[in-house]
Amino acid sequence: MEQATPDPERLWQPAPLEPLSHPDAGLESMVGEETKGARDEGPGDGTMTENNFSLKKIEISVSEAEKRTGRNAMNMQETYTAYLIETRSVEHNDGQSVLTDSLWRRYSEFELLRNYLLVYYPHIVVPPLPEKRAEFVWHKLSADNMDPDFVERRRIGLENFLLRVASHPILCRDKIFYLFLTQEGNWKETVNETGFQLKADSRLKALNATFRVKNPDKRFIELKHYSDELQSVISHLLRVRARVADRLYGVYKVHGNYGRVFSEWSAIEKEMGDGLQSAGHHMDVYASSIDDILEDEEHYADQLKEYLFYAEALRAVCRKHELMQYDLEMAAQDLASKKQQCEELATGTVRTFSLKGMTTKLFGQETPEQREARIKMLEEQIKEGEQQLKSKNLEGREFVRNAWADIERFKEQKNHDLKEALISYAVMQISMCKKGIQVWTNAKECFSKM
Amino acid sequence: MEAAPHPRVRVAGPWPLAVSLAELSHSGRICPLVPGMGFMDLTTAHRAVDLLLTQFCWNFRNFESSVIHLCLKHDPSSVARLCLFVCFFSCQGDIHQSLPRHPTLLLATLLTCPFFSGIFHLTQDLILPNGGTPAGTASPASSSSLLNRLQLDDDMDGETRDLFVTVDDPKKHVCTMETYITYRITTKSTRVEFDLPEYSVRRRYQDFDWLRNKLEESQPTHLIPPLPEKFVVKGVVDRFSEEFVETRRKALDKFLKRITDHPVLSFNEHFNVFLTAKDLNAHKKQGMALLTRVGESVKHVAGGYKLRNRPLEFAAIGEYLDTFALKLGTIDRIAQRIIKEEIEYLVELREYGPVYSTWSALEGELAEPLEGVSACIGNCSTALEELTDDMTEDFLPVLREYILYSDSMKSVLKKRDQVQAEYETKLEAVALKKEERPKVPADVEKCQDRMECFNADLKADMERWQNNKRQDFRQLLMGMADKNIQYYEKCLMAWESIIPLLQEKQEAK
Repeated sequence: MEQATPDPERLWQPAPLEPLSHPDAGLESMVGEETKGARDEGPGDGTMTENNFSLKKIEISVSEAEKRTGRNAMNMQETYTAYLIETRSVEHNDGQSVLTDSLWRRYSEFELLRNYLLVYYPHIVVPPLPEKRAEFVWHKLSADNMDPDFVERRRIGLENFLLRVASHPILCRDKIFYLFLTQEGNWKETVNETGFQLKADSRLKALNATFRVKNPDKRFIELKHYSDELQSVISHLLRVRARVADRLYGVYKVHGNYGRVFSEWSAIEKEMGDGLQSAGHHMDVYASSIDDILEDEEHYADQLKEYLFYAEALRAVCRKHELMQYDLEMAAQDLASKKQQCEELATGTVRTFSLKGMTTKLFGQETPEQREARIKMLEEQIKEGEQQLKSKNLEGREFVRNAWADIERFKEQKNHDLKEALISYAVMQISMCKKGIQVWTNAKECFSKM
Repeated sequence: MEAAPHPRVRVAGPWPLAVSLAELSHSGRICPLVPGMGFMDLTTAHRAVDLLLTQFCWNFRNFESSVIHLCLKHDPSSVARLCLFVCFFSCQGDIHQSLPRHPTLLLATLLTCPFFSGIFHLTQDLILPNGGTPAGTASPASSSSLLNRLQLDDDMDGETRDLFVTVDDPKKHVCTMETYITYRITTKSTRVEFDLPEYSVRRRYQDFDWLRNKLEESQPTHLIPPLPEKFVVKGVVDRFSEEFVETRRKALDKFLKRITDHPVLSFNEHFNVFLTAKDLNAHKKQGMALLTRVGESVKHVAGGYKLRNRPLEFAAIGEYLDTFALKLGTIDRIAQRIIKEEIEYLVELREYGPVYSTWSALEGELAEPLEGVSACIGNCSTALEELTDDMTEDFLPVLREYILYSDSMKSVLKKRDQVQAEYETKLEAVALKKEERPKVPADVEKCQDRMECFNADLKADMERWQNNKRQDFRQLLMGMADKNIQYYEKCLMAWESIIPLLQEKQEAK
């Protein structure tokens, strides 16, 4: 969660957890002023419907990408790609859309937005961003971040990310998200003012929790296991698919050589010449058809990649749960030990060998006053602890309830999306087969005329 | 028959036609000359007759009665020439009784005609009317019936085949010294050269090799089809593996079929022996026939001799062959590369499919669609494997055969050049002594005869080869297209079948 923000001052500023005052009164209705409320109250909150409704009337698109050069925080020359985000509000009557906002953002700002969302909505499976660097590429694909094809695919991915957030019942009402779409300047500062970095749990703590939790929730354990497996299977799939694409590309391209040799051969043949020549042409067509085919397939790979990253988002939710469970257990443990101490003091017996028992033996008995005072203090602490435990329990239950609701939503979305992806993949394969049949049928006709 | 001694004297010449004539006079066989007509269309038949007669012209050149020669030269009607040709044979004695089926059909008709009762009658018929002017349309009724016969036969095409050879049933033999494979060769024929209607022998690669050498030796002017390579070119392949043996069997079968289809080679006595002999080794050990002289006489001409003028058409053939072999080599490499790429693709696909299965085990609702995709990829890989197998088995060997073919052709061309060189050397020598002897000596003429014969044979074979090649490649390439179409159709079917599976679930939800 650690954010490498170029502005360390803001990082440590005590940030108001309350939402910031609304910058644009005119669009009030679209933004949940109850950012916190939405977070705490979870989905299905009756008061949110209006906002939901309004947001659905907004069209978001990342319509352009542009290469830019600028100076970074270290005053070093850097080249980056900026993406144009356009939002349109759809008029109720005629369905016409009117451009309301258009602004440029770069990838790092998207990252910041997502990190913020992760911290503020730990119970939500936050939609992932497209890959920072091209992964699972096959040799024909450029791994260069500035490659136009890569930029284009990322543009689509970023748009998809915004759409996912916008269509999420809770995330869509987030104010920072709204500002991301509408306020170009000062947005970063606004995000940092929320102090989300402070709330971020350190990885070390999370790791600690993972190993020490005594009574983990079975469902979350399973979910975590699932997301691990999902991640490994999708990444395996993507790796193999890249190799498959590579080989397929080879098969097609080598056929292109037939094009050349047939045409050369046709020059020395009389009756066979024409047939060979035109068959050669079809082989050229065949060889070049693979470019489009594999470009389409890359889209399928991107769809899979999104779920590869979703697996990580799922894990983040599980981690958060573990962390809370750990906190809860620690609090319970603390309370238990305090209770024991109190009992020991009250009865004067030492059930277990303890340092306190030793000191008592060595230094003699405390005065009853002292004992009284200590018992009182302990009792107070116990009370406090019980209160805390109660609230933590409540918080935990709340978290589980919310998280599970979102996970269910996510599962549904996943099943739907992946099915769609598989269908479109099958359709792609079908069109490839049809193209293949077409080309070879044409070639066969040429051969038959020889 | 007065004319009979003349051809017999001249037939001592080293070229195959003469040899055939020599044999003819002994055994009454004329088959090597005639069957070509049976397999060709009418124009080709005429050309074949032309060709044979050209050879005769050379033969007759020194005839005291050069009337026949003149007559042949000036008469443009192939049919008339054919008559003359057949008539010539008729003076050779009792050939009609022991002729193979198809030539019999032709010749028996002719011989029963009173028209062909003797060579002198014929020459008179052709020449006398106008004192040496061409006879032109002077074909009698019988020649038109002959024409009909030829056309009739031509329509039957496949029916005219009278020799069928197949290679099958490879068997492995393990001896103390060596391990080898023999193939069963079954011959069915109605030709008189075969005492039985059917033969079945077992031969090994070495025997094929022997046959080919013998053919090359005894028919130096003809294009001998190539044998498959002794060892596989690429990599160390198990010589006794099923695939290797099967590929070789097919190639050997093709080799024999090509010989069988050849109008001259199929009558070669070594071929006959190869097909019928119980013990081929006995024949192998037999001394060389008189025919080897050809090879020898060709050999002692220095290879360094530069030809005066290689006839344009042969120069063109040579050039054609060079390019052809080059292009074929490229195609062979491309085809191999494609197979290699496809096999690698297959390996990846084999890994790709199961990943979907693994994934499906994690999922509930998605399990079925993912399993479907996995099965689909499995089907596609199977189809791909079939494709690569088919290409390896059917496509590559034909390419190889033609690459080797172009080599055989080049070597025949070389031999032809040598014959021409020999002739030119001799002609030069004569030119030097021209003052002393105004007449061209007989052996130079013989040499010229041989060259002309060679040219004629080679041209005919080249034409035949071109024809075969065109058909073979049309078939081969169409087969390649077909295999690819089939592959895509199988994949298409697989993918189309899973679409409803994916969609149904969607709607049900």
